[in-house]
Amino acid sequence: MLYAADLACLKGDRLLFRGLSLQVAPGAMLRIAGPNGFGKTSLLRILCGLAHPEAGEIRWNGRPITGDRESFHRTLLYLGHAPALNDLLTPLENLRFACAAAGDDVDEDACVDALVRIGLADQLDLPARVLSQGQRRRVGLARLFLGIRRSLWVLDEPFTALDAAAVADLATTLSDHCAAGGVVILTTHQDAPFAVPPTVLDLSEVAA
Amino acid sequence: MSRTLGPFAAVLRRDLLLAWRGRADVLVTLAFFVVVVCLFPFGVGAETNQLRSIAPGVLWVAALLATLLSLHRLFAQDHADGTLEQLLLSPEPTVLWVVAKVVAHWIATGLPLVLVAPALALLFDVEQGALGVLVLSLALGTPILALLGAVGAALTLGLRGGGMLLALLVLPLFVPVLIFGAGAVDSHLSGTGADAHILLLGGGLLGALALAPVACAAALRIAVE
Repeated sequence: MLYAADLACLKGDRLLFRGLSLQVAPGAMLRIAGPNGFGKTSLLRILCGLAHPEAGEIRWNGRPITGDRESFHRTLLYLGHAPALNDLLTPLENLRFACAAAGDDVDEDACVDALVRIGLADQLDLPARVLSQGQRRRVGLARLFLGIRRSLWVLDEPFTALDAAAVADLATTLSDHCAAGGVVILTTHQDAPFAVPPTVLDLSEVAA
Repeated sequence: MSRTLGPFAAVLRRDLLLAWRGRADVLVTLAFFVVVVCLFPFGVGAETNQLRSIAPGVLWVAALLATLLSLHRLFAQDHADGTLEQLLLSPEPTVLWVVAKVVAHWIATGLPLVLVAPALALLFDVEQGALGVLVLSLALGTPILALLGAVGAALTLGLRGGGMLLALLVLPLFVPVLIFGAGAVDSHLSGTGADAHILLLGGGLLGALALAPVACAAALRIAVE
């Protein structure tokens, strides 16, 4: 269960939001909505512990996330706006590195399977710089298809640059993760075919 | 054990692989070192005694500048493509992979300087007995430069004009390393023995290894915020 109380976020000298509270129970999906520049990404980064809120606190399973960073980050999978791909490495090398750096014990076959499943079977050995935007996006998303046991998924615009089939596949995966008791928090501007429509938190309604 | 070493080994392997695939960058640093050293005889004249006496200082200053030139590459790419965020979200200790990055960076940029330095020293007619001391002082000193520089690189990450600021920030910190590094060769040549200088460099390396990664990790957390 992720619980945040009375969050405030300051960007430069502009207050993006304040008094923001939210609670996401296991098995729930939360969609952060709002126009550009209302602090969706900032909120996600605060919830991950990458940025500090100006005020307020965040608890994961009852414990403040800053108190025990390592065990919180062991349950967190965050995919940000940048896909974290190095142009000189192949998709497979990028994915294997992402898993190893996160401390996940994943073997090469599982990584190949995930990349094939997400539609990159022909690009496994190409450097990432020759991939299209959508393909780069897919490499970043491949970690979601590895079956890693991380209960909290925080995804910044995961559907951007994906084609319709990939959007449907990803939506199913996210719904499955929730059905298995996981938590998904995401931002998106498009309607994805989720099995259960996510709860929506509209930042333009809580804007300072 | 293997899990704690996992991210360390992964970052080390990846960064060495990237250095190999982008080896033009590495060669530029090395070429810079060679060219700067070769400029001095043109500037100060080819008088053998004079060249012999300035050789340690020239080699050390050139190594220092070459290190400085490559420092901005340490975190810039990872910061731009989002890898740094992912690394900071790793449940493993941040200092581990910071050390791995610095070690990989030193192997790619510092080690070649150490290996080429004796050949360049011969151009300055440095006596052969002093070459070992030169190599040893560079082998102990350039990792200190990389560790201190990593803190500077992390502090200036994402800033406009960060390169100039980085130089202003770390060059004063490089001064003690320069003094003891060049001093080691000088004192060997003057017959007093280089032991004290080498031991001080060794101590400096251990101190930098203990403190710099912690400072660097803290600076990186601030940089992504």
